[in-house]
Amino acid sequence: MGDDVLTSLAGTCTLREAQPGDAVDGVPATVVASPADAGETSALMRACDAAGLTVVVRGNASKLSWGRPPERVDVVLDTTGMDALVEHSRGDLIATAGAGMPLAVLRDRLAEGGHQLVVDDLVGISTLGGAVATGLAGPRRMWTGALRDLVIGVRFVRADGTVAKAGGKVVKNVAGYDLSKLLTGSMGTLAVITEVTVRLHPVPASSWWVGATVPPDRLPQVLGTLVASQLVPHAVEVHAVPGGDPQVAALVSGTPAGSAARAEAMAPLLGAGAQVAEEPPSWWGRIPTSDGAGSPLLLRTTARLSGIPELVAEATGAGLTVTGSAGAGVLHAAGDGGLDASAAVTALRTTSVRLGGSTVVLDAPAATKTTLDTWGEVPALDLMRRVRNEFDPRRTLAPGRFVGDL
Amino acid sequence: MTNSQPRGSVTAVLEDLRGVVAAAHLLTDPAQLVTYECDGLAAYRVTPGLVVLADTAEEVAAVVRSCARHRVPFVARGSGTGLSGGALPHAEGVLVVTSRLRTLHAMRPEDQRAVVDPGVINLQVSREATPLGYYFAPDPSSQQICSIGGNVAENSGGAHCLKYGFTSNHVLALDVVTPTGEQVTLGTEAPDPPGYDLVGAFVGSEGTLGVATRAVVRLTRLPEEVRTVLAGFRSTDQAGAATSAIIAAGIVPAAIEIMDALAIEAAEKAVSCGYPAGAGAVLVVELDGAEQEVEHEYAEVERICREAGTFEFRMATDAAERAEIWKGRKSAFAAVGRISPDYIVQDGVVPRTSLPEVLRRMGEISAERGVRVANVFHAGDGNLHPLVLFDASEEGATERAEEVSGMILDLCIEHGGSITGEHGVGADKARYMPRMFTDDDLDTMQLVRCAFDPDGIANPGKVYPTPRLCGERPRVVQGAHPLQEAGMAEVF
Ligand SMILES: Cc1cc2nc3c(=O)[nH]c(=O)nc-3n(C[C@H](O)[C@H](O)[C@H](O)COP(=O)(O)OP(=O)(O)OC[C@H]3O[C@@H](n4cnc5c(N)ncnc54)[C@H](O)[C@@H]3O)c2cc1C
Ligand SMILES: Cc1cc2nc3c(=O)[nH]c(=O)nc-3n(C[C@H](O)[C@H](O)[C@H](O)COP(=O)(O)OP(=O)(O)OC[C@H]3O[C@@H](n4cnc5c(N)ncnc54)[C@H](O)[C@@H]3O)c2cc1C
Repeated sequence: MGDDVLTSLAGTCTLREAQPGDAVDGVPATVVASPADAGETSALMRACDAAGLTVVVRGNASKLSWGRPPERVDVVLDTTGMDALVEHSRGDLIATAGAGMPLAVLRDRLAEGGHQLVVDDLVGISTLGGAVATGLAGPRRMWTGALRDLVIGVRFVRADGTVAKAGGKVVKNVAGYDLSKLLTGSMGTLAVITEVTVRLHPVPASSWWVGATVPPDRLPQVLGTLVASQLVPHAVEVHAVPGGDPQVAALVSGTPAGSAARAEAMAPLLGAGAQVAEEPPSWWGRIPTSDGAGSPLLLRTTARLSGIPELVAEATGAGLTVTGSAGAGVLHAAGDGGLDASAAVTALRTTSVRLGGSTVVLDAPAATKTTLDTWGEVPALDLMRRVRNEFDPRRTLAPGRFVGDL
Repeated sequence: MTNSQPRGSVTAVLEDLRGVVAAAHLLTDPAQLVTYECDGLAAYRVTPGLVVLADTAEEVAAVVRSCARHRVPFVARGSGTGLSGGALPHAEGVLVVTSRLRTLHAMRPEDQRAVVDPGVINLQVSREATPLGYYFAPDPSSQQICSIGGNVAENSGGAHCLKYGFTSNHVLALDVVTPTGEQVTLGTEAPDPPGYDLVGAFVGSEGTLGVATRAVVRLTRLPEEVRTVLAGFRSTDQAGAATSAIIAAGIVPAAIEIMDALAIEAAEKAVSCGYPAGAGAVLVVELDGAEQEVEHEYAEVERICREAGTFEFRMATDAAERAEIWKGRKSAFAAVGRISPDYIVQDGVVPRTSLPEVLRRMGEISAERGVRVANVFHAGDGNLHPLVLFDASEEGATERAEEVSGMILDLCIEHGGSITGEHGVGADKARYMPRMFTDDDLDTMQLVRCAFDPDGIANPGKVYPTPRLCGERPRVVQGAHPLQEAGMAEVF
């Protein structure tokens, strides 16, 4: 089987037979292909299309298990060979890099010019393409928006091998559909992203974190005051474990004098015990984990801003630990194996939907994953199916992985 | 569905709508139809077959369902201020006007959200939100009249989008009538809804993916401090150098705008804005945010402007003075009418670092062709609005102006920019799309259109030059598109 696949893909790019470690969420792969550029990616995809082989795109595989397991994995397309920094235009505050560029490397390179891509890598080792494909976003989305708001251009290869681009390298551009947004968060089911152009921001001279433990009954008032503050917090985060009082922290960045003064002015908004610190609290900008080994159940749950305190209470009440962006309305919730996963998902989903949001299952123990309703009711699912069908009519890319088993 | 069936007529649609839409809101009288023959780009005019003034989302859906049934094209229209002919009607189609859907359903500062109908006027959202401490950030110069539906369709920006982003960064969810007549909700009030970002795809789609009937938009907190600065320079080069230095200093102002001598002359004649006499360029910089930061940035901006050679540096100290500074800038398009009988408003983008080179080349082109060009631009993000001046009564002047206008777009593309930063492609620039995008790029965009609109009845002929028929793949050489044959050809 492996030999057949290798033969049909011969000459497209670097290939090897897959190892057990290349399995995608428990589904074994046959071949790992590592194209060096868009041209090789195109040749590979054309060959896969012709041979009827399914493809799962892989960045650093940091969270390849998230989402639904794919139905079949003939080829793992490894993007890490496409890791060049193509351009960092300091005067234009934009950068273009290959999809396989690790975010950590990108951060260091951009910092040389005093710039940054404002994205918080919650899992630590993402590639740029993986971050875009999953719509990665952390605390500072309150400041600059999420990755969808920062991606200004993409180059990609479609399932049939067609190479195309959308957007460009200027921040302001309304020529044609904004496919960058469509591909952001598409989980590798619409196209293989090969290159991304992003908008950058200056790295602020100094940052302060203002934090406090807040009793649940005061949480609505504290969060409400913080997100409405004209002191311009760049992030407002909340963290809560079952049975404990929530912790709240806000990030204040800017000039050394200005940010220090603003942090001092913000402290009273959190209550009497608030502390101003140069470092974030330990839970800041992380995916929560439960006490047990690993985090068998991981959810993303959202609500309108004023609904966040209720969502926090609902999650901790269901035995989940939550961390997330109260300033944006997006939380991650994790629970350990002892939990009734299905009941927790249902409870959180009902509440989040009532509060204008949604709840999706990012990860779960293999035993329960296929029985859980991963996405819940997805508005406009039929349109999404039509989009998927236009881009990838043969379901070559990660079949079954995304909403509605697309 | 196939694409080969003949299109039906608006008469069939009219029959369907009798009894569904009030008779007074079904316009067929030529005298009434003429009112709708163009949008803000009056150079293109087509009398629509039928105009429907919808009162509810259900009425919009009824119109679109009927159009889908009879395969009749439809065009959505808000306030008709678009500058690219996006709302240009179809001669054998229906114009669906959403202006009467103008309910502000909810203002929820605690959630930083407003829920509005598509016909609500942009400025009205900010007016209602301001007493609550918030505003709607996208601020096109036309904000006193343009509609939220139009903003959504065009992904409109404004002077302040340098810091706060465009409409697409401020829309969370949309109720939409798809071209097949379904009423769907895209997105949720909270961010990160499950599935593809269809809100992101819809915003900026210029009415080609359906009609928006309701929007959930973001409200932005009013800043604690705002400082607006006006600096006079001898040349646009100096003003441009100051802009670059401000950005290099790590400052992201709310807005940075430049006007050149000709644009200043026009504004002065129209609204007596009192800009520094003898200026070759004025730079308007607005700083906003927390007081301590704005103070620091202000000191930096003043230092930079003086180093770049400003001969007059003013700061607005209150709202009235601020409005005075903005008056000249915001009236610039209309003001040009004072110095030229006719003009083309161009909208192109270049990387900010190419601004000096592009302005120089534009000056050369203008001199070579003997066509005056006034410049007003969002310098912070490289979005140029050259105003190409001409007198249509002069032999060949219109053609020369159009040629210069096209050369300016080529210049933008050459420098890695875009043919439109905020006014959209519409009917006007569809023919330029292949200069910026390959056939494969354009075909990929068509995939989205086919998913939403398999019969190609939503605003046909706009944005894309010769759309591939849905279901047809791969691209083959084709004759005239049926849409063109059906009457759109006169548009080009
Ligand atoms: C549904 C889901 C939601 C997530 N949400 C968040 C979040 O909100 N915050 C957060 O910090 N992390 C989130 N993650 C984790 C995210 O996967 C990782 O943080 C990281 O961004 C992935 O980087 P990677 O290079 O390791 O990608 P991988 O783990 O290798 O791949 C992740 C996904 O992206 C696809 N992919 C990777 N590269 C490309 C490419 N070039 N073109 C097309 N598709 C590609 C893969 O097929 C896979 O589906 C989410 C993951 C999933 C599955
Ligand atoms: C003096 C002047 C200054 C301007 N300044 C700016 C500026 O600074 N920035 C900027 O971005 N633009 C500017 N514009 C352009 C214009 O005002 C914007 O594009 C505006 O958003 C159009 O809104 P409208 O309601 O007038 O839309 P219309 O002109 O009626 O329609 C525009 C497009 O939107 C579609 N559309 C309208 N309503 C809907 C709906 N409900 N659903 C789906 N599609 C719909 C139409 O089909 C058409 O394609 C300016 C225009 C003028 C005349």
